[in-house]
Amino acid sequence: MTGPRNPLAALWWVPRGIIFGLMAFFIFGPLFNMLLWTVAEKWYFPYSFPLEYGFSSWAKVFAPRGGAVESLVNSLIVALLTVVVSLALAIPAGYALARLKLPLRSVILLAFLIPQAFPNLTVYVNIARIFYEIGLNGTIPGVVLVHVSHGLVYAVWIATAAFSAIDVELEQAARNIGAGPLRTFRDVTLPLAAPGLMASAIFVFLESLDEFTGSYFVGAPDVNMLPLLLYTAGAGGNYQIASITALLLLVPSLVFMLMVERFLKADVLSRVGH
Amino acid sequence: MSRRLLGLALVFPALAVIASLFILPLIMSAVGAFQVEGAFGWGNFIKTFDLYTKDILFTVVIIVLSTVLIGIASIAIGGYLTLGEHPVAVAILRWLYRWPMFIPFIVVGQILRTFLAKNGMMNNTFVSLGLMTPLDAQSFLDWRGIVIAFVWKQTPFVALLVAGAMASINRDTIEAARNLGASKLRVLLEIVVPQVAVTLTVGLILSFVTMMSVLSVPLMINAQSPTMLTADIAFRVNSYGDYGVANALGLISLVLASSVAWIYLRISLKERA
Repeated sequence: MTGPRNPLAALWWVPRGIIFGLMAFFIFGPLFNMLLWTVAEKWYFPYSFPLEYGFSSWAKVFAPRGGAVESLVNSLIVALLTVVVSLALAIPAGYALARLKLPLRSVILLAFLIPQAFPNLTVYVNIARIFYEIGLNGTIPGVVLVHVSHGLVYAVWIATAAFSAIDVELEQAARNIGAGPLRTFRDVTLPLAAPGLMASAIFVFLESLDEFTGSYFVGAPDVNMLPLLLYTAGAGGNYQIASITALLLLVPSLVFMLMVERFLKADVLSRVGH
Repeated sequence: MSRRLLGLALVFPALAVIASLFILPLIMSAVGAFQVEGAFGWGNFIKTFDLYTKDILFTVVIIVLSTVLIGIASIAIGGYLTLGEHPVAVAILRWLYRWPMFIPFIVVGQILRTFLAKNGMMNNTFVSLGLMTPLDAQSFLDWRGIVIAFVWKQTPFVALLVAGAMASINRDTIEAARNLGASKLRVLLEIVVPQVAVTLTVGLILSFVTMMSVLSVPLMINAQSPTMLTADIAFRVNSYGDYGVANALGLISLVLASSVAWIYLRISLKERA
C-alpha cells in the first residue's frame, strides 16, 4: 500500500501520528512529570516547568534520617526472603506437579491462583488480626509470609512449567548410569530448570517489592518499606520524596521485565498453567 | 513410599501456606461479617448499607466503566496489531502500548496524581498548546482520575492477552472476508473479536478482580467521599477498629467479584452445551 504507487497512503500518517502522539503523551507524560519532580527544587502554580533544578531532595531522601535507606533495605530484605521461601516451597511442589502422578492435579494448580482471584483486602485485614495474636504483626517474617502467599502462584506455576519442559529421557539416562534420584535431581533436573526458576524468582521479587496493601496492614508502622514511604510522602504533599521513591520502585520493575524474556523461553511459557 | 504419596508430600507445604494465610482469613472474614459483639446477626450489614450504599454503587459504576473502557481499548490495540497493514505503524504501537503494564499501582497513583491535578502537566500542556485557557482547567482527581488510572494500568495487560489470541487466529477467514470487500472494522467486530471472546473475558475478569482489591489508587487519587470500598475498609479498620463492618464490606466486594466470575462460567457452559 505504500511507496510511489499510492501517494495518498502517506496521508495516513496524519491520523496515525495524532493517535500515537496522544498515546505517547498519556503514557510518557506522567512518567516524565515524575522525573521532573525528582529534580525540582522549586515548582509551583502556574509554572509548567520547575523554576529551579537540583538534587537536594535526593540528598534529603538518602540522609540517615530520611527514611529511604531504611525502607530500601527493608524492602530488599523482604523481597529476597520472599523469593527464598517461595522457591523453597515451589521447587518441590513444581517438580511433583510436573513429574509425579497427583490426584486432582488441576485443582491443586488452581488453588495457588486463589490469592489472585479474590479481592484480597479483607484477607490482609484478618491476617493482621491473626498475626497480632501470635506476635507476627509489624515484623519482617510476618510481611514475608503475606508476600509469599501472594507470590506463590508465579513461583509454582512457572516452576511447574520449567520442570515439564525438561526432557524426561535426560533424567532416565542419568538414572541408567547409576545416579540416585536425589543426585539426578541436583545434577541434571535442577540445572536444566534454572532459567525458568530464575524467571519465577524475578516475578516473585517484583511482586514483593511493589506490594502495598499487605505491607500497609501487616508491616506498618513498624516495618517501613518503599511503597509505604511513597504513600506517606505523597499524602504529606512532599512530591519530591514521593517521586524519588516512585522512581526507585520503577527502575527494577522495568529492568527485570526487559531481562525476563531472556529467562522465560517460549517452551516454558507455553506450558504455564497446564 | 508410593509416588502418589511422595507427590502429595512435596506439594503439601505450599498448599498449607495458601490454606493458612489466605483461605483461613477469607473464612474468618466471611464469619466475622455476621458477628456483632460475639453473637450472630445482620447488624454489620444494616450499618454497612446505612453508611456505604453510595460507595458500593460508586465502586460498581467505576469498575464496570473501567472494565468496558479497558475492553474497548484492548480490542482496538489488538485489532490494529493484527489487521494493521503498515509494518512501521504496527511496530510503533507494539512498542508503545506495553509500558504501563509493569508499573506498580502505588506508582501509578502517585504519577497520575501529579499529572491530572488542576495545575498538573496535562492541563499545563493543553493550555500552552492553546487548546484551553487556564480558567477552564479543572482537576481530574475524582472518579474520573480513578477510571483513568485503572484504564492506564490495566489496558496493556488485557491487550497483551487479546493480541496474543488474535495472532493465533486462522488468517484465511480474515483474508477471505477482506477479499469479499468487508471493511477492516467489520472484519474486526464480526470475525476477529468473536474468536477471541474467551480470552477477552478472562482478561477482563482478572482485571475486574484486581481493581476490586486496589487500595492505593483510591487513597491517592480520590480521598473525598464518595470513594471506593477498599478505602472504606481501610478507614473502618484504622480509624474505628471496626472489623465487623470492614468484613461486611469485604464480603460485599467478594460477592461482586464472584458474580462476575459466575456470569463467565454460565456463558462458557452454555457455549459448550
